[in-house]
Amino acid sequence: MATTTTNAKPRAQQGWYKRNEIAVTPWLFLIPGIAMFALYVILPVFQSFYLSLFEWDGLGSLSTHGEYVGLDHYEKLFTRDRAFNISLWNNLKWLIFYLLAIPGGLMVALFLNQKVFGIRLYKSLFFFPFVISQIVVGLVFTWFYDPQFGLSNWLIGLVGIPPVNILGNPTTATYGIIAAGLWPQTAYCMILYLTGLNAVDPEQVEAARLDGAKGHKMLWYIIIPQLKPATFIAFVVTIIGALRSFDLISIMTNGGPFGSTRVLSFYMFEKSLSEYGFKMGYGAAIAVVLFMIMLVFIGYFLWSMYQDEKAAGH
Amino acid sequence: MFPKPIEKSSRQWQIGYQVLLPLVMLLWLAPLLAVALFSIRPGVDFTVGNYWGLPSTFEFFANYKTVIGNWSWDPQNCSTDSGILFHKVNHSICFNSIGLWHMNITGSAMVKYILNSFIITVPTVIGAVALSCMTGFALGVYRFKGNLLIFFMFIAGNFIPFQILMVPVRDLTLDMGLYNTKTGLVLFHIAFQTGFCTLFMRNFIRALPFELIEAARVEGIAEWRIFWYIVLPLMKPAIAALSVLIFTFIWNDYFWAIVLTTGENAQPVTAGITSFNAQFRAMYHLMSAGSIIAALPPVAMFFLMQKHFIAGLTLGAVK
Repeated sequence: MATTTTNAKPRAQQGWYKRNEIAVTPWLFLIPGIAMFALYVILPVFQSFYLSLFEWDGLGSLSTHGEYVGLDHYEKLFTRDRAFNISLWNNLKWLIFYLLAIPGGLMVALFLNQKVFGIRLYKSLFFFPFVISQIVVGLVFTWFYDPQFGLSNWLIGLVGIPPVNILGNPTTATYGIIAAGLWPQTAYCMILYLTGLNAVDPEQVEAARLDGAKGHKMLWYIIIPQLKPATFIAFVVTIIGALRSFDLISIMTNGGPFGSTRVLSFYMFEKSLSEYGFKMGYGAAIAVVLFMIMLVFIGYFLWSMYQDEKAAGH
Repeated sequence: MFPKPIEKSSRQWQIGYQVLLPLVMLLWLAPLLAVALFSIRPGVDFTVGNYWGLPSTFEFFANYKTVIGNWSWDPQNCSTDSGILFHKVNHSICFNSIGLWHMNITGSAMVKYILNSFIITVPTVIGAVALSCMTGFALGVYRFKGNLLIFFMFIAGNFIPFQILMVPVRDLTLDMGLYNTKTGLVLFHIAFQTGFCTLFMRNFIRALPFELIEAARVEGIAEWRIFWYIVLPLMKPAIAALSVLIFTFIWNDYFWAIVLTTGENAQPVTAGITSFNAQFRAMYHLMSAGSIIAALPPVAMFFLMQKHFIAGLTLGAVK
């Protein structure tokens, strides 16, 4: 082969690329990916930070039409903006209740982890809601909750509870949306746990059974520790999903009633790109707050992954 | 195996389980089944309040036909800078100057939205998978300073909230003259998905036998050839898994669709459905049919490529 003969030459006679091939190649492979990622993801994060210090309506360039206001936006957010406060609380509700998808998914996975006829089809059908776009899930649940004809009211009517307007009531609307979000998210956690359960060491289970462990004890002391990788991923995707919630709110209530279902991601969009005006700087400040919240979790995820990398002998 | 295999439990519980399975599933899918039922009802059922009884008439595909409407492909409308790739009577796929394809549809907005979704999704899948094959190879095979740092940058970027990118990315797209174009949306999606794809590809490549690469190096094979002839063929399962996954993610994207595009000429079906919703809010039979059409392609993808899909989604769930 041609390359073999090149390699056989003394080092000095080889070209610069040939001599440095192993050092240079990874960078050549990385350049397109890093360039795109830097332009569209890394750089914009810093731009948003910078932007949040300005008053800017998005027209004209920031340097000529923007007005520097320092930390005013943040000051206003944390002291005088009631809508921001509501959004922050709703984000907290999302974070807490969305996590129900993890035990929920585990329960469904345990229920389906059998080898009976047609179980594969059942598993796919249970997973089904995750594949559908959140927009469609949102529409489906809006109709499901409809006070006039919704299936949910028909169901609670069976046990004698009078109809309720879940999405029309400021105290229940956010929970209604979270429940809709839990539907696909539980399916996602289920599939993670089904895969995890598949890999549980059968010998350990048998040994524990011989020692008399069963039911809850077996689940808690033997199974769940072995499902740790699945739980970690379920945790990551659920937290990220909770903080990213936007589509469902947008389609189900559009932030209402009376702004009671806004979360930071939605409020930010509303401030910067809707009929309420183009307050790009203020929007950017909201985004920065959301980013800082997310950063706490991202930091934790990266730290755990780093521990794994070290353990793998990097 | 946990829980205890059902074959080893009592006869009653075995029968109970078999009965419970379909019941629980029906309950789980009830919201969807309701929509499917809505979509074959006539509109009049909703005005007289017959929501849950038997439909007064079974419309089957009539509502779907109404949603799709009349449409035709129009080959004459390929703009001057575009070459026609595929041209039969009334059918055309054109290339625009940047090389992305688009179709000229006259008539139905729904068909336009669906096609836009495909035109946005397919190039994104190809672009993101291609880029991440390269980045994954670089980060998975080579040891160099900054390797882990770059890898973590891709992971972290993949987790950040969209809103912090929104204004700058919208500005960038405006500045490039790509606002309200499918190309603008595709470019952003490729860039953003590269983060997740790199995580996936790099971990997949790490699990490949490194001896293969070392053996090839001893033979004096050039590095790019190692990538092309040795590593890439082994990555086929990862490429398949990522492709289905990214297809679903991008098809279902809504946020970026409304940030970077506005009208029926560029918006995908997720955004289209919401504008239908504003228009036909009370026409539940048509909205249901529309939602089902919008959901169909990723569902079909999932059922056809289930193995790959789940392999992709559960990467890392087992160690």
